[in-house]
Amino acid sequence: MRAHYGYEDGSGRYYITIDTDRCNGCAECVRLCPAAVLEMVEDDPLEPAAVAAVTAAQRNRLREACAPCKASGQGALPCVAACAPDAITHSF
Amino acid sequence: MAEARPEFWRWQERRWRDDTVDPRAGGILSAGVDVGSVSSQAVVMVDGRLYAWSSRRTGGSSPDSAREAMAWALEGSDLRVEDLHFVVGTGYGRVNVPFAHKTITEIHCHARGANFMYGSKVRTILDMGGQDCKAIRCDERGKVVAFQMNDKCAAGTGRGMEVFADLLQVPIDQVGPMSLEVDEEPPPVSSTCVVFAKSEAAGLLRRGWPKERVLAAYCGAMAQRVFALLSRVGVEREFAITGGIAKNPGVVKRIERALGFEAVTGAVDSQIAGALGGALFGHALEQKGRGQR
Amino acid sequence: MITVGIDMGAKNVKVVVLGDQGVICRALRPAGLDTDQTARQVMAAALEEARVGRGDVARIVATGTGREDAPDSDETMTDVSCAARGAHELCPEARTVIDIGAEEARAIRCDARGRVQDFAINEKCAAGTGAFTEAMARALEVPIEELGPLSLRSTQAIPMNAQCAVFAESEVVSMIHNNVPRADMARAVHDAIASRMTAMVRRVGLEPPVVLVGGLGRNTGFVESLKRGLTVETIVVPEWPELVGALGAALVARGGA
Repeated sequence: MRAHYGYEDGSGRYYITIDTDRCNGCAECVRLCPAAVLEMVEDDPLEPAAVAAVTAAQRNRLREACAPCKASGQGALPCVAACAPDAITHSF
Repeated sequence: MAEARPEFWRWQERRWRDDTVDPRAGGILSAGVDVGSVSSQAVVMVDGRLYAWSSRRTGGSSPDSAREAMAWALEGSDLRVEDLHFVVGTGYGRVNVPFAHKTITEIHCHARGANFMYGSKVRTILDMGGQDCKAIRCDERGKVVAFQMNDKCAAGTGRGMEVFADLLQVPIDQVGPMSLEVDEEPPPVSSTCVVFAKSEAAGLLRRGWPKERVLAAYCGAMAQRVFALLSRVGVEREFAITGGIAKNPGVVKRIERALGFEAVTGAVDSQIAGALGGALFGHALEQKGRGQR
Repeated sequence: MITVGIDMGAKNVKVVVLGDQGVICRALRPAGLDTDQTARQVMAAALEEARVGRGDVARIVATGTGREDAPDSDETMTDVSCAARGAHELCPEARTVIDIGAEEARAIRCDARGRVQDFAINEKCAAGTGAFTEAMARALEVPIEELGPLSLRSTQAIPMNAQCAVFAESEVVSMIHNNVPRADMARAVHDAIASRMTAMVRRVGLEPPVVLVGGLGRNTGFVESLKRGLTVETIVVPEWPELVGALGAALVARGGA
């Protein structure tokens, strides 16, 4: 499942997409995010495995929430760099 | 003497029961309760068959709304909440259904519910709820393949529509039909923001635009907004629309025009899709618990 | 030399007549439906009060959302430039200018000479603008001028989850239902706008002193919320905050740096 979390407004489209079929539940992205943007949730109600998701609190303010990481210009974002199966992408 | 101000935004609360179904003869009684920001639904199933449902306005508290929706659905039957084997709670935000055995996200519930309501051919679902708008892609079993949700902004939501109905003093269930009574489709309202669209609409009215035309312009803007949301997940047929706004032909027709094909229709009230999906999950989970799966 | 700046705002049309000794007169009127007519009326009224004929005016510059529709202007200039110019004139040390209008909000960072270095605008969304406070004042059933003083009586901060003015209205209704004190809700409204503005200012970089212009400058409660959000001790609010854009336009008309 490709889960697109975020919003768009007059200034742009701000989405973090998590491909839960690729996500292996390692939770490294959750651990490394400095802004508490990510959390682990249950994916399929009929199966127990947990996958990464964007929290409800941050979902509608991704531009502000992710700004520090993007502004630092340190190359790949911590969450994206940590994800071995390449399950996370940012649209902005 | 105070006169009651007509509430144009008030839509009709409904309930339904199939008395040909005997819940006492059923093996598994499951239910789904969907507490949304604007409306709450309860659906009761007997062995995966639709038995009863209710849809009413959400009150101040989530637990109360859940209890009331459930009580109303069960009223007149001889079932009590305690008789239900598996209840699934779902809905918007931090939903709290105290008597639920499990909480499942509304995305999964909606896809399952739509699969039941519209058949296994449905692949794309647009849910326009009270305060959010969701685009869901699913497979033939109703399993979610992709989704996107807007709940930051009132554009494309039921609340946005209510604001407009109130401004134009038109009962909410008339908004759609009236918006289609135009000879020529006017340009959509330029602002997707409901607050700005409201000022824009007030200006159009003052300029002499008939209500029908203003409604057409607003429904057009809503459809445009929703179309943008759909474009990210992509639309694959068959396409279904759930949620309260599915009952607004003004928005539905304009979305269909933009897509170039029609949405499928179902026999069951579009507002109960989430709760219905919950009841189906409840049934499956109870079966699993009993070792039947 | 006499110049005129006209700010065709979403809600109000503002005019400033500027002479060699400074501002000669100011005028403001609700834009209404026919903004063209309103603009002419405000201009005529301002010139009359200034005892100046149209022929005496060297140049008119228009700014604001509807600047292209200004009936009688020689040039148009962006809101950002005019807000910065006007703010700098009234407060030469200003480095961060926050301009909150009826339908748009801007965060501007400028240099020692008042030239714009970076800016951010919120677009197409009523949250964080004057329209938001108006909607909230209606939901709380208080006159808009009372919103500020009401919020200053708040005893606690409560978070407002909704990011949208329409959703916030429902949130307010349900808070009233739960007997949340109106003063606390009024403060929550201001805190919500301040928080959006803070995020915008951080994008351009906060550099004191901070000047607040636009109608919301008159809202004392909002100013407090903004101070808290930006974590600054003082925010400069000019005497006629909603006229700063028009002043900036009049200064641009005058020319020079």
